[in-house]
Amino acid sequence: MAETRMAETEAPKTRPGTKRIIDREEAARARRRRIESIGRWTLPLVVLVLMIVLWDRICVWNDIPKYILPRPGLVAETLWNDAPILFKALLITLRTTILALLVAVIGGVGLAVLFTQSKLFEMSFYPYAVVLQVTPIVAIAPLIFIYISSKIVGMLLCAWIVAFFPVLSNTTLGLNSADHNLRDLFNIYGATRWQRLRYLQLPSALPYFLGGLRIAGGLALIGAVVAEYVAGTGGVGSGLAFTILESSYRLNIPRVFAALILIAATGVVIFMALSLLSHLLLRKWHESALKRES
Amino acid sequence: MSLEGTDVAATDAVTKGGATNEDGTSEGAPLLTLSDVSKVFNGDLVALNGMSLQVRAGDFVSLLGPSGCGKSTALRLIAGLSHPTSGKIDWTGGQGAGDLGVVFQEPTLMPWATVAQNVWLPWRLRGKSYASVKDKVLEALALVGLEKFAGSYPRELSGGMKMRVSIARSLVTNPRLILMDEPFAALDEITRHKLNNDLLALRAKIGCTIIFVTHSVFESVFLSNRIVVMAARPGRVIHEVAVDAPYPRDEEFRTSSAYAAHCRAASDALHDAIGD
Ligand SMILES: Nc1ncnc2c1ncn2[C@@H]1O[C@H](COP(=O)(O)OP(=O)(O)OP(=O)(O)O)[C@@H](O)[C@H]1O
Ligand SMILES: [Mg+2]
Repeated sequence: MAETRMAETEAPKTRPGTKRIIDREEAARARRRRIESIGRWTLPLVVLVLMIVLWDRICVWNDIPKYILPRPGLVAETLWNDAPILFKALLITLRTTILALLVAVIGGVGLAVLFTQSKLFEMSFYPYAVVLQVTPIVAIAPLIFIYISSKIVGMLLCAWIVAFFPVLSNTTLGLNSADHNLRDLFNIYGATRWQRLRYLQLPSALPYFLGGLRIAGGLALIGAVVAEYVAGTGGVGSGLAFTILESSYRLNIPRVFAALILIAATGVVIFMALSLLSHLLLRKWHESALKRES
Repeated sequence: MSLEGTDVAATDAVTKGGATNEDGTSEGAPLLTLSDVSKVFNGDLVALNGMSLQVRAGDFVSLLGPSGCGKSTALRLIAGLSHPTSGKIDWTGGQGAGDLGVVFQEPTLMPWATVAQNVWLPWRLRGKSYASVKDKVLEALALVGLEKFAGSYPRELSGGMKMRVSIARSLVTNPRLILMDEPFAALDEITRHKLNNDLLALRAKIGCTIIFVTHSVFESVFLSNRIVVMAARPGRVIHEVAVDAPYPRDEEFRTSSAYAAHCRAASDALHDAIGD
């Protein structure tokens, strides 16, 4: 009873111009939502600050030397001082990641379209796409750098191998998941293959593709990092992962941490950018972009 | 209201053109003829057994029967989505592109396209640009009372409105025949009545021929001039009930004694079909 009683000040909405009615239940829900939306940002930040403080204290209490575990202040300092080196490295890793992602999108979507156009083609090649996916990239990478002389191409290939599968499998699933009745409708109206692909299958696949893309973004970064580790030597390919490797040889642990932070931040940014892209493309029509009532 | 025999294939080809008569009987030119059409799935599932039916221009034929009696199968055969195991389906004068419109039980709209783009689809698939058929699209939307929603996305519409869009799409090419498979089954009673009224009004305006699948005796009597009653296992036609009440039919018809009598006749026929 108390739950549904109206707040005293507000009159029932009988004619236009009267006040809006917000009962207790709804007020409580609004309050909860507000707290949640604030908490979503502040709580992780609070945890972050606590962890950093704890990290710092552990270093001080245990007298840990900086070549084993640097204090957070020193890492921040390194990040600032080494910025020119680190950001150059970041750009290289980022370039590999983004190029690999692009090729993964083209290759993954292209293959998926071929698969849906020809069952025979799919039956012939899909198993090998799976084989490529389940074989750990670290195991394949050394071979790649033996056979491919260009470091850049080799790294791109590594990152591509890990990134393309989620795009391929999600897009294939999406292309095949077009509504049955709509497919019948297209048949009745005598749609050509191309029309069916263009107007029905590709739009149906879009949400699936974007889901795959978000996974692929993270994987492309992992692929790029692995490739840099395997490629080893400096020169053209000295990205963040190589910086970590090199700095750890020199016991420059603060720089290792600084590079690590940059890699993690890059991963987060890629994920957020792809989520935003997904939201922008789907917000007009897709369920996932709808706001739920409660 | 007369219960005719099982042989519902019209034997006298009436050649008078035009739509349904004042009294609801159909005398239009034959449009579509099913002769002894059967469909067997998986070697032994007889979904449809020897169905014969002649649809004449201006007819509003309802297929009424229990679940599994082959109503949807019959529509799919007519739509050319599957082919009869035996028997023939003939269009008078052959079937051309855009001769057929369909409405499914679900609105079956493309969620990524606006209402207008959805209605444009049949034309688009025939290579027409939106600009060249815009008038037709808007006219079809106006017929279902949704011209104001041309730019909306399906998810912004209620169930009944989506169904109207689906109907607008089915008639935008001005087809000779519209197939409807339980289009209003998922809607609430009030919306359903409203859409039934609107469908008749629309038909009066454009004079299309409709084959309408339904589970509802009331709906079939209110809408159609011929009710084909079907039975299951194997799917077959067992009766045809003529509803000779004149069009236009309105709310008044729903409360008339003629309506009640037709409903009883259709209901009796349906009980035969279910077998009790
Ligand atoms: N593609 C198919 N493959 C196998 N069996 C099928 C297929 N389509 C329909 N059937 C079977 O044929 C029979 C008739 O099905 P149909 O869908 O035509 O019935 P219906 O009268 O439309 O029923 P409902 O009122 O439930 O929609 C059913 O037993 C169904 O299981
Ligand atoms: Mg059915």
